[in-house]
Amino acid sequence: MQASSKPGLSVNIVTNTASVTPGETAALPMRMTISKVNFYYGSKQILFDINMGIADKRVTALIGPSGCGKSTLLRAMNRMHETVHTSRLEGEIQLDGQNILAQDVTSLRRRVGMVFQRPNPFPKSIFDNVAYGLRINGIKGSTSEMVEKSLRRAALWDEVKDHLHKSAYDLSGGQQQRLCIARALAVEPEVLLLDEPCSALDPISTAKIEELLVELKSLTTITIVTHNMQQAARVSDFTSFLLTGQMIEFSPTPQLFTTPSDPRTEAYITGRFG
Amino acid sequence: MSARVKWRRFVSNFMLSLTGLCALVSVSVLFLILGYLVYNGGTSINWAFFTRLPTPVGEAGGGMANAILGSGKLLLAASLFGVPIGFLGGIYLAEFSGTIVASVVRYAADLLNGVPSIVIGIFAYSMVVLPFKHFSTLAGAFALGLMMIPITLRSTEEFLNGVPRYLREGAMALGASKWKTIASVVVPAAYRGILTAILLALARVAGETAPLLFTAFGNRFWSQGWGQPTASLPVMIFTYAVSPYDDWHRQAWAAGLVLLGLILIINILARTILSRGIAVPRS
Repeated sequence: MQASSKPGLSVNIVTNTASVTPGETAALPMRMTISKVNFYYGSKQILFDINMGIADKRVTALIGPSGCGKSTLLRAMNRMHETVHTSRLEGEIQLDGQNILAQDVTSLRRRVGMVFQRPNPFPKSIFDNVAYGLRINGIKGSTSEMVEKSLRRAALWDEVKDHLHKSAYDLSGGQQQRLCIARALAVEPEVLLLDEPCSALDPISTAKIEELLVELKSLTTITIVTHNMQQAARVSDFTSFLLTGQMIEFSPTPQLFTTPSDPRTEAYITGRFG
Repeated sequence: MSARVKWRRFVSNFMLSLTGLCALVSVSVLFLILGYLVYNGGTSINWAFFTRLPTPVGEAGGGMANAILGSGKLLLAASLFGVPIGFLGGIYLAEFSGTIVASVVRYAADLLNGVPSIVIGIFAYSMVVLPFKHFSTLAGAFALGLMMIPITLRSTEEFLNGVPRYLREGAMALGASKWKTIASVVVPAAYRGILTAILLALARVAGETAPLLFTAFGNRFWSQGWGQPTASLPVMIFTYAVSPYDDWHRQAWAAGLVLLGLILIINILARTILSRGIAVPRS
C-alpha cells in the first residue's frame, strides 16, 4: 500500500517541476512573511512558533491532518480569525514588508482575498456576486467589463455569459466555487487564500479548479489549504506540512514529496497516518 | 398478539386521533368565524359602505368610509413610527450587542410584547393625549406603533441570526466593513422573513381596539387631520356591536368582514413579495 502510493505521487510531481527548481527558492521575492506566530483560542494554543514565507506569484500549499492548524494559519493571513472573539495572535505577519496587524482590516482583506471551503455565493445574481467587491470598494470603471474579465479568469464566463442575471444558486457546486473565485479576483487581490476549496466538490469540478489555480499564478500569489496531498503535489510550488500546530517542514513541493527531511513528513505523505 | 402490543397500538391510535382532532378544531375555528362574518355582514356590504359616512340612528344606509380611511392612516403612521425602531433595534441586538445587553433588551421586548393593549392605550393617553389636550390620530398611531416595536425587533433579530455565517465571512473577505456586510448581504438575505414579520405585526395591530378607545377615540365624520380624533374599524365595530340597534349590528358585522379582508390582503401581499427575489437555500 505504502510502496504503491509513492510512484503515483512522483508522477504528479514530474509535471510540476518546471515551475520551481530547488536552487530558485532563495532568489524568489516573498509577498508575505510569517514570523514567530503563536495562535490561541482562549487558553488553548493552536499554532506554535510558525515561520514561513509566501513566495510572490507562486502557489504555496498548507497540508496536514485535520486539526493541525492549517486553516487557522490561513485565516490569520487576512485576519479572518478576528471574527472569533476569544482568538489571540502573537508574532508578526507581513504583507509587502508591512505588519498586517497594524493595518486597517478592510483594506487588508481587499488585498488578501479568500475563498472558503463551501461555495458561499451571496443571494444575488451571478453578475451582482462578482460586482459586489467592486461596488463596496468603490472601484471606478466599467463594472460589466470587470465582471466579464473576472469570470473569464475564473474560467466560468462561457458557462454563464447568457444568464448573468440569474440567481447564483442556480449554478452547480463547482460553478459556484468558481464564481466565488471570480468574486475574489474582481478586486484584484495581491494574495488569494483558499481554504480547502475543493473539499465539497466532485472530481471533475476539482480538476477544473486545480487547473485554474495553476493559471492564476501569473496574476496573483496563492496560498491553499488542503487535506488532499495529491492536490498539493499537483498545484503547488511550495508545501508546508503542519502537525499539531507546529510546522514540521517547509520546502519546494517536489522536494517535500520526494525527499522529505523529517521522518514525520515522510510518514504522513506515505499514508502512515492522517 | 400480546396485551402489551395491544396496549401500545391503542395508545398510538388514541394519540393520533387526539392530535388530529385538535388540528381540526384549530382550523374550524377560523372557518367558523369567517362563515359567521360572511353570513351576518355580507348583506350589508355594498358600494355605499366603502364610500359613505355613517348615518344617524334610524336612518338606513350609510357606510364607514371614514373608519376605513382612519384605520389606514393609523396603520401607516404606526408603521412609520414602530417599524424603523424595531428593525434597527433588532439589527443592533443581532449584530452589535454583547450577550448581556442582548439578553436584557430581548427580555424587555418580550415583556413589552406581553403588556396588555389597554395598558399601552393608557400610556399613550397620558403621553400624547393629555399634553395636547385632545384625542388624535397620532396618539392612536403612537399606541399601535408601540405595540409593533417588540414584534418587529424580535423577529428582525431572529431572522438576522438565521443568516449563515459563511455569507458574512464571504463579504468581509472582500473588504466589506461590518456595516456594509450587514446592509448589503445580511439584511438582503433575511429581508423576506423580516418583511413577513412586519406585515404580521401590522395585521395584528390592525384589529386592536383597546389602545384606540382613548387615543384616536372615534369620529362620526371625516377626521380633520392628524391632530384630530379619527374613526377606525375596530372601534367602530365595538361601538356598533354594543348599540341596541339591529341596523348597527349588521354594519358591525360588515365592518368585521372588511377588517378581516384587509388583513387577508396584507397576508397575500406578504406572500407575493416573498415569492420574488433570491432566497438563501437551506442546507
